[in-house]
Amino acid sequence: MSAKPVNAAIEGWHTLDTDKPQLLGSRCDSCGTYYFPKMLKYCRNPGCDSSDFSEVPLSRTGKIWSYTNACYKPPEPFVADDPFVPYAIAAVELAEEQMIVLGQVVKGIDVDQLKVGMDVELVLETLHETEEDTKVTWKWKPVA
Amino acid sequence: MSNDIAILGVGMHPWGKWGHNFVEYGVAAARAAIADAGIDWKDVGFVSGAATMRCGYPGYVAGATFAQALGWQGAEVNTSYAACASGSQALAAARAKILSGECEVALVVGADTTPKGFLAPAKGYRPEDPDWVRFYLGITNPTYFALYARRRMDVYGDTEEDFGLVKVKNSEHGFTNPNARYKKKFTLDDVAQSAMVADPLRLLNVCATSDGGAAMIVCSMDYAKKMGKADAVKVAAISTVTPTFASEVVEMPDIATDSAAAAGVEAHRFRASLPVKAYEEAGIGPEDVSVAEVYDLSSALELDWYEDLQFCARGEAAQLVREGVTKLGGRLPVNTSGGLACFGEAVPAQALAQVCELTWQLRGQAGDRQVEGAKVGITANQGLFGHGSSVIVKR
Repeated sequence: MSAKPVNAAIEGWHTLDTDKPQLLGSRCDSCGTYYFPKMLKYCRNPGCDSSDFSEVPLSRTGKIWSYTNACYKPPEPFVADDPFVPYAIAAVELAEEQMIVLGQVVKGIDVDQLKVGMDVELVLETLHETEEDTKVTWKWKPVA
Repeated sequence: MSNDIAILGVGMHPWGKWGHNFVEYGVAAARAAIADAGIDWKDVGFVSGAATMRCGYPGYVAGATFAQALGWQGAEVNTSYAACASGSQALAAARAKILSGECEVALVVGADTTPKGFLAPAKGYRPEDPDWVRFYLGITNPTYFALYARRRMDVYGDTEEDFGLVKVKNSEHGFTNPNARYKKKFTLDDVAQSAMVADPLRLLNVCATSDGGAAMIVCSMDYAKKMGKADAVKVAAISTVTPTFASEVVEMPDIATDSAAAAGVEAHRFRASLPVKAYEEAGIGPEDVSVAEVYDLSSALELDWYEDLQFCARGEAAQLVREGVTKLGGRLPVNTSGGLACFGEAVPAQALAQVCELTWQLRGQAGDRQVEGAKVGITANQGLFGHGSSVIVKR
């Protein structure tokens, strides 16, 4: 077992709650538009000129908008296992936020087990290891 | 028809992967367009270049680079960059100059040399750059096009074979095109046997990057008349609109769409908004189109364009390719040049190459690729960061 500390691959983009992790986004205090990644400076809604935002956790469940996989090793900065293991990717619609968020699908699930409209939840899984720590990121997992 | 300008000449340097200086391709295309127009280079009053971001400073100031290479003669210059729509923006700049009466004849030109190997983002830890983020998380260019393709399959019932039919069609179209890079008639079996890249897209469903150059000589209608070419093909519309907030479709290189949660905000499809302005400006509709050139970055994406261009209702595009409607000889041939499937993408030249093909079609000079009696053509393309364009040409 690795005794390395666990850190987010991209700092501050999600909680490190092992049970029910959530993406960390922001919401415009004036018009209610959500942002992921966080926007804290200017609202991009053309009908809103607010610069006040609150950091908010996003819905941790959603429905698959579409899905695919990566059959070939992506270029850097992606850190690939050796040998490279293909993985699935899902674009997931969050109902309350009315937005689509991309992410890998958990290991062991391939495209033939996915379907548009399927319910998924957010989990954390290792993206890669460094000498000092284990970098985790959000991934989508079909709801059993 | 005061907003029309005439296309006096078109020219291209063939697409390939030679690794020569991009200026060579641009100059060859420009000289071909100048010769086709029957004018002298010194008659050109405005040079409008489409920039390349991959060839250093000369690429950033492409208009001046081409003007110098052709021989400084005092013309005014402009350089446009708008990703895949760069050529259309350069054309729009030339049209504005002509319609305002500031110049009579303009050269529009774009060319690119693509690097060998994969284009990867700069190194380091840079979470503020969406392009860095998505590569770090394992999301590459084919991911996005595969997501669109898979959604078609699950929502509309499209099949991998439908995407294969698009590739087979385009490879038949481009087979005799002297400017195309890939000249091989692929079969459905070839496509199905090629390696899976991003399910459901295989290697033969996705396009490559290429070197190439394309150019046009455009002028006022008065000048065309003076040249005895009042019946030249005309640019009837150029749409380079940006998206409308919020986005319905996740776009490269973003990791998420804009939220449509605010009151009064709806999600929009950017691609579908591009031809709307073009049709409006030209005062015609999709039923008037005889031939189209669309950006088939993937063969499945070509089907999305049929719907975005309103050639059929949403979800019905596969039927058009199954019935051969969009094949040469069909009612509405699409990508008669062979499209990106046969060319590969040379970013700043591609939108102009689309217009070159339509010009040859409308003049009846497309040889084996000729669409009988073509009168109206439309292009469509989309690139990164809210860039895209749709150009309508007519006889």
